[in-house]
Amino acid sequence: MDAVGLEARAAGLGTRSIKTSAKAYAIDLAISMIDLTTLEGADTPGKVRALGAKAVHPDPTDRTTPRTAAVCVYPDMVATAKQAVAGTDVKVASVATAFPAGRAALAVKLADVRDAVAAGADEIDMVIDRGAFLAGDYLKVYEEIVAVKEVSAQARLKVIFETGELSTYDNIRRASWIGMLAGADFIKTSTGKVGVNATPANTLLMLEAVRDFRAQTGVQVGVKPAGGIRSTKDAIKFLVLVNETAGADWLDNHWFRFGASSLLNDLLMQRQKLATGRYSGPDYVTVD
Amino acid sequence: MSDKSERLTVFKTYKLYVGGKFPRSESGRVYEVTTATSAAAAAGKGKWLANAPLASRKDARDAVVAARKAFGGWSTATAYLRGQILYRVAEMLEGRRDQFVREVAEAEGLSKSKAAAVVDAAIDRWVWYAGWTDKITQVVGGANPVAGPYFNLSTPEPTGVVTVIAPQESSFLGLVSVIAPVIAAGNTAVVIASEKSPLPALSLGEVLATSDLPGGVVNVLSGRTAELALPLAAHQDVNGLDLAGADADLAKDLEIAAADNLKRVLRPQAVDTDADFSTAPGTHRLTTFLETKTVWHPTGSLGASGSAY
Amino acid sequence: MKTENVSPASPFAYAPAPESRSVVDIAPSYGLFIDGEFTEAADGKVFKSLSPSTEEVLSEVAQAGEADVDRAVKAARKAFEKWSALPGAERAKYLFRIARIIQERSRELAVLETLDNGKPIKETRDADLPLVAAHFFYYAGWADKLDHAGYGANPRPLGVAGQVIPWNFPLLMLAWKIAPALATGNTVVLKPAETTPLSALFFADICRQAGLPKGVVNILPGYGDAGAALTAHPDVNKVAFTGSTAVGKQIARTVAGTDKKLTLELGGKGANIVFDDAPIDQAVEGIVTGIFFNQGQVCCAGSRLLVQESIQDELLDSLKRRLSTLRLGDPLDKNTDIGAINSAEQLARITALAETGEAEGAERWSAPCELPASGYWFAPTLFTNVTQAHTVARDEIFGPVLSVLTFRTPEEAVAKANNTQYGLSAGIWTEKGSRILAVANRLRAGVVWANTFNKFDPTSPFGGYKESGFGREGGRHGLEAYLDV
Repeated sequence: MDAVGLEARAAGLGTRSIKTSAKAYAIDLAISMIDLTTLEGADTPGKVRALGAKAVHPDPTDRTTPRTAAVCVYPDMVATAKQAVAGTDVKVASVATAFPAGRAALAVKLADVRDAVAAGADEIDMVIDRGAFLAGDYLKVYEEIVAVKEVSAQARLKVIFETGELSTYDNIRRASWIGMLAGADFIKTSTGKVGVNATPANTLLMLEAVRDFRAQTGVQVGVKPAGGIRSTKDAIKFLVLVNETAGADWLDNHWFRFGASSLLNDLLMQRQKLATGRYSGPDYVTVD
Repeated sequence: MSDKSERLTVFKTYKLYVGGKFPRSESGRVYEVTTATSAAAAAGKGKWLANAPLASRKDARDAVVAARKAFGGWSTATAYLRGQILYRVAEMLEGRRDQFVREVAEAEGLSKSKAAAVVDAAIDRWVWYAGWTDKITQVVGGANPVAGPYFNLSTPEPTGVVTVIAPQESSFLGLVSVIAPVIAAGNTAVVIASEKSPLPALSLGEVLATSDLPGGVVNVLSGRTAELALPLAAHQDVNGLDLAGADADLAKDLEIAAADNLKRVLRPQAVDTDADFSTAPGTHRLTTFLETKTVWHPTGSLGASGSAY
Repeated sequence: MKTENVSPASPFAYAPAPESRSVVDIAPSYGLFIDGEFTEAADGKVFKSLSPSTEEVLSEVAQAGEADVDRAVKAARKAFEKWSALPGAERAKYLFRIARIIQERSRELAVLETLDNGKPIKETRDADLPLVAAHFFYYAGWADKLDHAGYGANPRPLGVAGQVIPWNFPLLMLAWKIAPALATGNTVVLKPAETTPLSALFFADICRQAGLPKGVVNILPGYGDAGAALTAHPDVNKVAFTGSTAVGKQIARTVAGTDKKLTLELGGKGANIVFDDAPIDQAVEGIVTGIFFNQGQVCCAGSRLLVQESIQDELLDSLKRRLSTLRLGDPLDKNTDIGAINSAEQLARITALAETGEAEGAERWSAPCELPASGYWFAPTLFTNVTQAHTVARDEIFGPVLSVLTFRTPEEAVAKANNTQYGLSAGIWTEKGSRILAVANRLRAGVVWANTFNKFDPTSPFGGYKESGFGREGGRHGLEAYLDV
């Protein structure tokens, strides 16, 4: 990897100017790709129910607004979330494996996953063992993903690298390949709990990895940047990365997600602007 | 009267210096070299000194081949080694000082003391350039503060094979003053000696051959300046041309010929025609046959912190 | 390795995003700029400047002839006395003013340049104009520091500089010529290329806004005959030319035997060398930047790709896939990657050389893209199975055409890279640091980019080895061409 070249390419794609019909398409696509997330110690059933409602009807004033892809919660909130989105195609994703640090025995992590799956989670967002990775024990990282994949059963597995802790692009690239070879359905940048989360460059790098992995194995893997993507402008730039790197096959919420929460309201306000010609304001979107 | 008969001296056969060897001209031609005081020359009465090789176009061609062959090794030798070798030339010259004083005196019609001063200056000039080899890179190169996540470095590199038309009047100090900077910078040279006073140049070849200077780095031709210079100026494997010893008309013709492959041309300088090489040289001759290469490298940050949009 | 080069048509179709043309006001006609005034040509001749993307006439411009050259040189000579006598600090302030006005008017100039040249607005906005302003800003700072530039105390200007520039980077090449000339105290007569005269004429207006004394900068739009007259003019002290090697040689003959100082920045056939341990995705970007930046109409373009044979297939698959994403079309659209070829003449040359490549047996591949109906266009094109013996590996094409050659060892790569009469640029792609340095040392080229390509900066000397010309532009080195040192 050459860091400067990678960042320059990401920045170059960031200058794409997405207007009018392309913007409308991108906003709806971005909304449909959101894993609407709450991962707080203060999460309550009430908070999770509100999140579920927002995922199902992001803009109560406009029922043509697409639903988000999923809600993303802690394992103990999965059952509540399932109820909140029942009867819709909105998925419930659960972080697991001692999220976010991942510092627990494998047995504990697997129990965490089983618990979430048993509660009805459609998707599992696991964290890799960054300690093992940074200590050079790649086999341990790989085997842990394989083990989690096994207990995830039918749930789709997203593997979080915590790119901010892996620190270098070479590490992120290596982690991407370990994750994909171990059976990840998605590779995901970060937990949202550290200083550096999703960036254009690390997402571009992971998009190149899934593109190359499919070229070599025929297996398609999804990508999920998470944390720090707050504006419509940013989200559209990530979609440009997808479009011009992995390609159109990834322009679908089965293959690309945004791990975000505040992003949704900005997308909704931009959507209202396109529909009405007026700039919207925060009082015209819901705070849940 | 003494009946002891005077010993017959051994004449020296002057030869070209090409590729580290001392060939005669492939043409088999020679020309008469005489003492060259202007009065004697005017009267056509110069004293015969030697028959110098009258080099041909083919000799010039061979010299270019030798110079090209030597360029790879000489241009990539360490600057320290080049400096050591140039200093060695000075040492060797010092040891043959008397010979050069005599040759210069005869060639230029100088008194022995004036000729000695010229030879001393020439020896000192080698010492001066010997010290430059490992300094010029820092003086004319360096890091450039580019605006962006890049580091780049500009360094001088030798141009290649340089044809040097040595000064016509200053047959030794002038000669050294034009050869030394060319090779100090890492180029190799094909030198056309002063047409009427070639002997000090041909003798210099003998000094260079015993100074650890690799064969082909300097090649010395004697003969008709115009005859040799035109094919060399047009030669596509010659990269530079020092016109020090060309008169204005010849210099113009040579510069036009040199344009065919865009040789770097050093026009005759005022100082060359004055035959006054006694003043301290600057760095101009040293930098004329240097190219600047700038190499860029990305730097970036230590981690994948990447900026957000 | 399995790859899919052609992805399905994307549902994410970018809507047109044109930059506003209203930011620039192009007059129906322009004169020559001599002695601070716009004036007609002595013989009244004019020529039209077209937009190469539409063939629309943008303006009618006075065409300089020999008499105008003489008038301009006289004006520059007259101005030289006072200009060269100004304290360096005062000259610096004029140049700083010019740099600032360029920054203020950069969007206008970017749109103008895109209209007149055909290159994408993305490039004029993000590359040309920022570099133009930076170049003036850089040399402004030198004007009062020449004593400290390493050329001895009190270096003197040469006098009147005759400068002839090409059409590929009209305003940037003007900046490379005028900024160092003025900083060192010379006055200039500059001839822009006949297909791209407009930005130089707008620059004349910037000189007026900056209050630059009359005659210090003179702009003579015109053809080759005006350039020849300028370089041959007996009262010109310095000639600077950027353009083709053939014309460069002619100029070298013209100035032979005179006292004119000459610098030439000419053609190239840069080798972009990709080793088997290269970062492939970044190398692909570098290759694209190297040959498709400005439609390949760049003297230092990486027009020869030298790829290590063991990774040829992988690299070419990646490259073709990447080229398929390039967006060719309206240069004013902010999403356009590939604009128009500058002129019908240049398009004909590129087309002919590409046909030669095919006729000589090289394999041609062009990115799938639709070419607009009017204007001058050429699809990004690769030639594979190219050897050193092919014309497309030897001649400068000056267009979006990449010749792909292979090598087996570093020695072979260097030998092939250097096997050209040119020596302007080269690229090296490898993750092994010591190999970068070893290869860079042996390349006979004035600019070597390692793991990057086509980067420029006013602080960095630029120029060629061998038949790519001599002299350097940029940096401290760039002062030498305009001083009596």
